[in-house]
Amino acid sequence: MTEPVTGSLSNRVDLLLIAELVERGARVLDVGCGDGELLKLIEDTRDVDGRGIELSYQGVNECLARGLSVIQGDADTDLVDYPDDSFDYVILSQTIQATRNPKAVLGEMLRIGRRAIISFPNFGHWTVRTSLGFKGRMPVTENLPYSWYDTPNIHFCTIRDFVALCHEVDAKIEKAVALNAGGQRMTLNAPWWFWNLFGQQAVFVLRR
Amino acid sequence: MRFGPDHPLVLDSGAKIDNLQIGYQTYGELNADRSNGVLVCHALTGDQHVASVNPVTGKPGWWETMVGPGKPIDTNRFFVICTNVVGGCMGTTGAASTNPATGQPYGLDLPLITIPDMVRAQAMLVDALGIDQLFCVAGGSMGGMQVLQWAAAYPERVFAALPIATGPRHSSQNIAFHEVGRQAIMADPDWHGGRYLSVGASPRKGLAVARMAAHITYMSDEGLHKKFGRNLQDRDKIAFGFDADFQVESYLRHQGLSFVERFDANSYLYVTRAMDYFDLAADHGGRLANAFLGTKTRFCIISFTSDWLFPTTESKAVVRALNAAGASVSFVEVETDRGHDAFLLDEPVMFASVRGFLSSAAAARWQ
Repeated sequence: MTEPVTGSLSNRVDLLLIAELVERGARVLDVGCGDGELLKLIEDTRDVDGRGIELSYQGVNECLARGLSVIQGDADTDLVDYPDDSFDYVILSQTIQATRNPKAVLGEMLRIGRRAIISFPNFGHWTVRTSLGFKGRMPVTENLPYSWYDTPNIHFCTIRDFVALCHEVDAKIEKAVALNAGGQRMTLNAPWWFWNLFGQQAVFVLRR
Repeated sequence: MRFGPDHPLVLDSGAKIDNLQIGYQTYGELNADRSNGVLVCHALTGDQHVASVNPVTGKPGWWETMVGPGKPIDTNRFFVICTNVVGGCMGTTGAASTNPATGQPYGLDLPLITIPDMVRAQAMLVDALGIDQLFCVAGGSMGGMQVLQWAAAYPERVFAALPIATGPRHSSQNIAFHEVGRQAIMADPDWHGGRYLSVGASPRKGLAVARMAAHITYMSDEGLHKKFGRNLQDRDKIAFGFDADFQVESYLRHQGLSFVERFDANSYLYVTRAMDYFDLAADHGGRLANAFLGTKTRFCIISFTSDWLFPTTESKAVVRALNAAGASVSFVEVETDRGHDAFLLDEPVMFASVRGFLSSAAAARWQ
């Protein structure tokens, strides 16, 4: 069992959930760490040695001001610079859908980290299916607020798609959690199709 | 500060300098436990007047945007030290200093100086000031090389390192540009084989040309074009001659001429050579990461998109090595068209990075 994490981030349940999944004192790399909210939360609550990669200099500077060690860089090109097994956890939070080559990124994460934690919006959620299936329009939701022509999210997947990718790269799924639209964890014994329809976000813990 | 013959500076070449003199400036107050020292390392032709009026040129300090009360390197908070490098010409022993053995200016009798030699001399000064560990060592370009050398040679004496617009070695192209400058100086008949001071001459033309060539490398194509375009200088049309028709020519000539007023030609030879010789990986078995193994120093590395003298790839090589060594490293690439010199200019993103890095490092140092 993991210990619960408390923080002031009640609106970002996925961040709290990821923080809970990280063992205390671990070495952590957060890929696409943004303004450092998650990395700071994990450093403060789990006593980890944390590092980040972020594409924008604005994000890097916010991280620097928080006292985080963050490199301006790109998940698609810069993970190759890290030696094997540099980290206990490599985290990709709400970013995999914005990478150019998600499969290669996942492979790199599993090379440089003993475990990979990936969270992503589920494109199989019923609201997405309704928009595409009945309205015939690409979905624009609170969680996915972009129009098709200006979205940074170029590689959406459903929970089942992601599971298939894990099998393809031979990653072992150590843990998988789905969150519903209210941000609550969905029952553990529900079948994949149920998660895939009602899970708005998913968090996976993978290892080689 | 002058060191006696009992404290010689032993150089990489095997030679030593007796009676070493170091010109330096300090700003702010050293705190009670002597832990708030920040060493600022100057670039090729800089000096110790980082944040105060330069006595030779009468101009403001070369990094007053970065260093001062309330500035990113805040002298209300830190005790800032800046020394003129060994081989320089602003008060530290250099080619224009008197050789105690002859009573004449050293000229080319001064042994060759390396970046590690400069850092060793700075460490002697820091020792003399009674400081064990510097809170931060910061600098750009050749100053950044000194920062990397400090972190590699004295990791336990550097809490935070801030190398800006620099690299772990001087590239072939950079050595080539320096060679052009040195040849310009040595081709000037007034150089007199380096003995111009003894005969009362000065290779002004050669040094000015060296500066003009170098100055181009400090800017970017885009930056030059934006500043000057093909604009003509004080005339409506080209004059069909070799006068300075174009503004950019006039600007470079001015840069060259004002430089010779403040810099010694032999110093230019020595200091450019020191940069050429710098290769941190070669000094550590060919693997840059070896220079930083086990380091506890926290690093913040900054590069500039239009810097082609020390392009981002050079900074990233350092970042990669620090990652491989498991060090704590942050890295920012600032977008600008001002080329290498951007580190000396008003670049708000750089200031924000330095502020964020230093204040969080200070929080960790004095928590």
